[in-house]
Parts: sequence; structure tokens; C-alpha cells
Amino acid sequence: MNKVLSCSDEAVRDIADGATIMAGGFGLCGIPENSIAALARKGVKNLTCIANNAGVDGFGLGLLLKAGQIKKMISSYVGENVEFERQLLNGTLEADLIPQGTLATRIQMAGMGIPAFFTPAGYGTEIAYGKEVREFNGKMYLMEHALHADFALVKAWKGDKLGNLVFRKATRNFSTSMAKAGNITIAEVEELVEPGMLDPDAIHVAGIYVHRIYQGTGYERRIEKRTVRLAALD
Amino acid sequence: MALDKYGIAKRIAQELHDGMYVNLGIGIPTVVANFIPAGMQVILQSENGILGIGPYPTEDEIDAEIINAGKETVTLIKGGVFFDSAESFGMIRAGKIDLTVLGAMEVSDTGDIANWKIPGKMVKGMGGAMDLVASAKNIIVAMQHTNPNGESKLLPACTLPLTGVACVKKVVTELAVLEITPEGFLLVERAPGVTVQEIQEKTKGRLVVPAFVPEMGL
Repeated sequence: MNKVLSCSDEAVRDIADGATIMAGGFGLCGIPENSIAALARKGVKNLTCIANNAGVDGFGLGLLLKAGQIKKMISSYVGENVEFERQLLNGTLEADLIPQGTLATRIQMAGMGIPAFFTPAGYGTEIAYGKEVREFNGKMYLMEHALHADFALVKAWKGDKLGNLVFRKATRNFSTSMAKAGNITIAEVEELVEPGMLDPDAIHVAGIYVHRIYQGTGYERRIEKRTVRLAALD
Repeated sequence: MALDKYGIAKRIAQELHDGMYVNLGIGIPTVVANFIPAGMQVILQSENGILGIGPYPTEDEIDAEIINAGKETVTLIKGGVFFDSAESFGMIRAGKIDLTVLGAMEVSDTGDIANWKIPGKMVKGMGGAMDLVASAKNIIVAMQHTNPNGESKLLPACTLPLTGVACVKKVVTELAVLEITPEGFLLVERAPGVTVQEIQEKTKGRLVVPAFVPEMGL
């Protein structure tokens, strides 16, 4: 078994035009920086991207948007990106906007082998059009389907050569569910270690879900909104 | 006098109780955290996967991997927890969140809310708002009474695409506190010095005005 690759370009080598990809992260927190940059270098086109957000102008998925590589975004919130709004309003980009919890759970269900589920989110709104509605215990729910992808791109803090992943702080967000939902899951990690070096009780994603792993470089960890207080409170 | 955003946040903070788990939306709702009474423990949830949001960090404490749902850098309180988005919305759907405070563009007198889209103008998406309003036990809207054109945001029916139906329990604006009842908006309190007449003029939905409307105690 060899899941380890030397670099991002090798890891994304077979992502072709028209592929459906998932990219982990919330805003710019925990995004697969190296794999996205590799896709930008590779120049693949007509991608369908499943990601909570679309990056910002010039960083994250914003890089792929700017280069016209994305045909469709499936997201919950796409503010903070002027290029996105421009392409959407001039019709060159399609967008499927989905409630954030519905998006997270559709991805989670794909990784759990469950084809559909019911959620109350969006009942009575325009996103309910065409969806099956069911009543359970007096409350109305919409049927939503599991969301799969050809490739899932995620970034973890540490990983071992069997693909086991550990995340840091609030970076688990969409990434752990996406890692389990990709037909091929590509994980980039800050530190790649030998099997046995990670605490088995602290693994967030088991290696069975991860097909390729590589150690990334040069993480920028860009901050979208830098908010501070002046001094210690206590 | 009409309240500023801090006044609105301060009034909403009076709705908090010790032991509550609360989700605060972006904007004025985030400010509510500044007015949690001393000695009261309220745990703040953020839908990107945090329970126990603390204050903003100092320059030295900034960590790009601890942000709130508004993508602002924050800190974690002692005993705080990280988890993933799927679990976060599980908590929300399962009714574990005691109170959700969020902003709105429009609220109807039956408790419908619109806050995610202006057709042809604004395409940003709903984020977690649809999930939150569909499941929270108690939803308070923090917003201005009128839009920048001076038109009422408290309506008989929302004109913008809905975020959720019959879900808002209470609205706090710079002028008033209103509860959603079967008869419409019940005027519960008015901001200090604001007249009932002004509130009536700026409320387009059905408004129930009791004989006596107390001023907010801030």
C-alpha cells in the first residue's frame, strides 16, 4: 500500500476538465492551499466545486475563479468575493446555494452511505421548490440527497503514511466530512509521519477514507477578518 | 432616543440566562457577547465548529485557525471545544441551542424572516441562517426598524425571498421590543424617549399596542 506522494502536482495529476471536486475549509480557515494552487497551475477547466465558500479575490478558490476554471460552485455563502459575484451576474458561472447545515450533512451522508435525509432547513422558502416534503411529528421537512465528488481535497495538521488525519483547532469544519465523501480523497498535511506516531485515540479521519497524502509546504494561513482586542481582559 | 447598535445588543443581553447555549449571528448579534452579565455563564456556539467562543484575541494571541462564523479571529474559553460542521449543525437541528440571535432585512407579523438575498442585486447566500431558524427553540432578530430608504422592515408579509417561516419569536430594534403573537407584533417595550406614535408610523405589519408600553430598562 502506498498512498504517499511527493508533491501537490503529482497528487492532482488526474483531475481532469469537468471534474467535480470538494475543497475543505471554512472561509480561508483550513483550506487545501497546496492542492488548489496545483489545480491553478494545471489549468483544468469546467470544474464543479463543492466548498462552503469560494475563497476571496486572489486566494483559495478565488484563484481558480479568477482563471475561469470553475463552471459551477456549490456553496452556502459566497460574499467577500467580487469576482464570484461578477461572473455569476454575467452568466459565466453557475451557483447552487445551499443552507450550510444541509450542505454539511449532504456531504456527511455521502461518507456514511446514506442516499438521502430529511431536514427542516429551507422549508417554505424558494430552495424547497421541487423537493419532497414530509411531515414528522407535526413539523415539515425537505428531502435532501447525499453529495458526492470525484475528488475531495482536504488539508490536515498531521497525517501518517496510512492516511490517518489529525486536524488543529477550528479547521475540521467541512474537511472531515469531505475526506469521507470523495471517490478519491487527497489530503495535504503540514507534517507527514510514520504509522504509529499519531495517537490512535485522537485520529479525526481514519486512513481508510484517504487515498493520497502528501506533505504540503509554505502555508500562508491567510486571515479574512483580523479582529483584536487591545489588552488582556483579566 | 433611538438606540445605537450597542443599545440593541444590551437589551438583547437581558434575554440571556445562566447556562444557556447561544448562537450569535454576524453584526449586531455578535455585539451581544459584550453585555453578558458578570457571573453568568453563557456558552457561545459558532456554526463552523466551536462551542465556547471567547473574546477577540490580543495581537499575540491571534490564531488563523480559530475564527467565528463571520470569519473574525476569536479565542476559545477554558473548556471550549472544536468539532466539524456536520456535528455543529447536528447540535442546531437537534434543538441543543437555547437561543439564536440574528439580523434580518425583513420580518413579517407572523414571524417569517428574510435575510439572505435581494434578487438581481445581492448574491451572497444564506450561510447557516436557514438551518438555524428552522431549528432553534428561541429566535430573536436584531435589526433596524426601517431600511436605508426609511421603509418599514416589520411587514404584513416579507417581500424578499424567505429564510424561514413562522420562526421569529421576538424583534429588538433601535425603537422597540416586539413579540410575535397570533395577533401580530405585540409592542412590549419602547426605547427611552421613543413615542408609541413613532413606532406605529414605522411598523407596517399588524401592531398590537397595549394601554401601557414601558420604556426599556437599560
